[in-house]
Amino acid sequence: MTSKFYKRLFLLPGLLLLIAIIIFPLLFTIRVSMANWNVSHSGLDWAGGANWARMFHDVNFWSSLFRLFYFSFITTTLQYILGFTAAMYAWKGFASRRFFRVLWLVPLMTTPSVMAIVWRSIFREDIGAANGLLSKIGIDPIAWSTQIFPATVTITIAEVWQWTPFMFLILLAGLLSLPKEQFLSAEIDGATPWRTFWSITFPLMAPISIGAIIIRLIEASKIFDSIFNLTSAGPGNSTETPAYYLYTRGLREFQISYGATMGLMYLILAILTLTILGQIFARVSKPRGI
Amino acid sequence: MKKILKYSFIFIWSTFVLVPLSWALVTSFKPPAAVNNGATFIPWLQFQPTLDGWKDITGISGYANLFPPLINSATVTFFSTLISLTFGCMAAYGLSRFSYGWKNYKNPDIIFFFISQRIMPPAVLAVPFFILLKTLHLLDTKLGLVLVLTSGLMPIVVWLLVDFFNQLPKEIDEMAMLEGCNPFEAFVRTILPLARPGLTVAGMFAIIFGWNDLFFALVLTFTNVQTLPVAVVALNGTVTPFWTLSASAIFSILPLVGLAFVVERFLSKGGFAGAVR
Repeated sequence: MTSKFYKRLFLLPGLLLLIAIIIFPLLFTIRVSMANWNVSHSGLDWAGGANWARMFHDVNFWSSLFRLFYFSFITTTLQYILGFTAAMYAWKGFASRRFFRVLWLVPLMTTPSVMAIVWRSIFREDIGAANGLLSKIGIDPIAWSTQIFPATVTITIAEVWQWTPFMFLILLAGLLSLPKEQFLSAEIDGATPWRTFWSITFPLMAPISIGAIIIRLIEASKIFDSIFNLTSAGPGNSTETPAYYLYTRGLREFQISYGATMGLMYLILAILTLTILGQIFARVSKPRGI
Repeated sequence: MKKILKYSFIFIWSTFVLVPLSWALVTSFKPPAAVNNGATFIPWLQFQPTLDGWKDITGISGYANLFPPLINSATVTFFSTLISLTFGCMAAYGLSRFSYGWKNYKNPDIIFFFISQRIMPPAVLAVPFFILLKTLHLLDTKLGLVLVLTSGLMPIVVWLLVDFFNQLPKEIDEMAMLEGCNPFEAFVRTILPLARPGLTVAGMFAIIFGWNDLFFALVLTFTNVQTLPVAVVALNGTVTPFWTLSASAIFSILPLVGLAFVVERFLSKGGFAGAVR
């Protein structure tokens, strides 16, 4: 019973179980991306790099990736700012904060695909709550699903509603675990709350923030449920993201090989982006293991 | 001035959180006329509430019964969370206490390997998972769905727990080992009890992500194991009226809302201290 045995005993069961589950899907995806599997022809023949060449010329795929910059970076930033603000208020400051902590957590517990249905009923042009409320204050009904800007707004609202509590929870837990000494000495020095926030709270929260932002970016980039139910990538394909485009080509049109090709490209680009982001984050704050 | 800013944020944010929930709740009690003739908001004043929507989803009117999907969802979520937590917390503990390596790949790369499992959009993995489960005769079974979900939940558990274990001083394990425990006993007897808050957060996220999964459940199960999100989305695909849909939405949300209270209790007791870092 050497320590090497225990070292392996801890990591390997989980790692091997994970690899056992994902190894076949991963290898299959790589292999099928070099085949020609579609609705009229199934099987692993050899098509070489045909799918890859097609993908590099597929304007829809690349424009969906650029759109993702909006949908992942902007929504994650909004969620971070709002979640941090909410966490600061729920951390200390007002009496009934325990009630608001529960309330502000609730959206995280709801099912995104189910909430997307609710949001769709809110943004129905004719009988929805949004236009109903707007008409009460004298604003003309807005065509939520047929114009590009309102359609983008509806998705942003749904995403911010659903996932801000994720940031809120992680940041609040972080705030509650901060050491108290530095805040005391800042108070004695007579620092304003604004100064205290920027010179103590924010830097101390940097590692937690980075962890939360990275995992949120990964999840936000897969955005599917709200687009599927709210806009179906419309109007036109103005709200189409890679996850939705992959779904359309790969599953709805059953171009398995082509979907797999785009999936792999997406995976490579995501890993590259996250690695670069991790480096940047590590440089601007204390180093963290990513 | 600052107080105005603070309370207006609290007020606006709370309203925003409540709007879709209360809209769904109110709509679930509406009769057809209150839905189809434009938006209505206040029960009794603007319409007479009915229970038709709720009868539709609880099997009373014979339209749909969401209780079997509820039980399926609970079973699948429970077991995938249990497996992810068991193996995930062992792996996370190992990654926090030992250094692993193969060529240039060290602990941070292994941690990134875990979390990178969440990058791939489910639409890509759906077909290979379908073929895999079909080969293993696990299509439309709870076990098959549990295995697939585990591959998505364990990465979250590991990601959250590594930093948590890092915060527990190594002296604790060393003390236990001096008293004659082997490393595994030290982990089970001394570290796990101290790690309860961290395990709770990790378990909570696993429950949330497992419960709310739609895509894999949609592709990999059909009739035997219909989960709650799938059942609701299936209602949405047919000509189900809005009041029934709203009732089903509230129905599928309720079980986890209870979790928000549990989480808050942990937070306020300081039980989360160091759970996320």
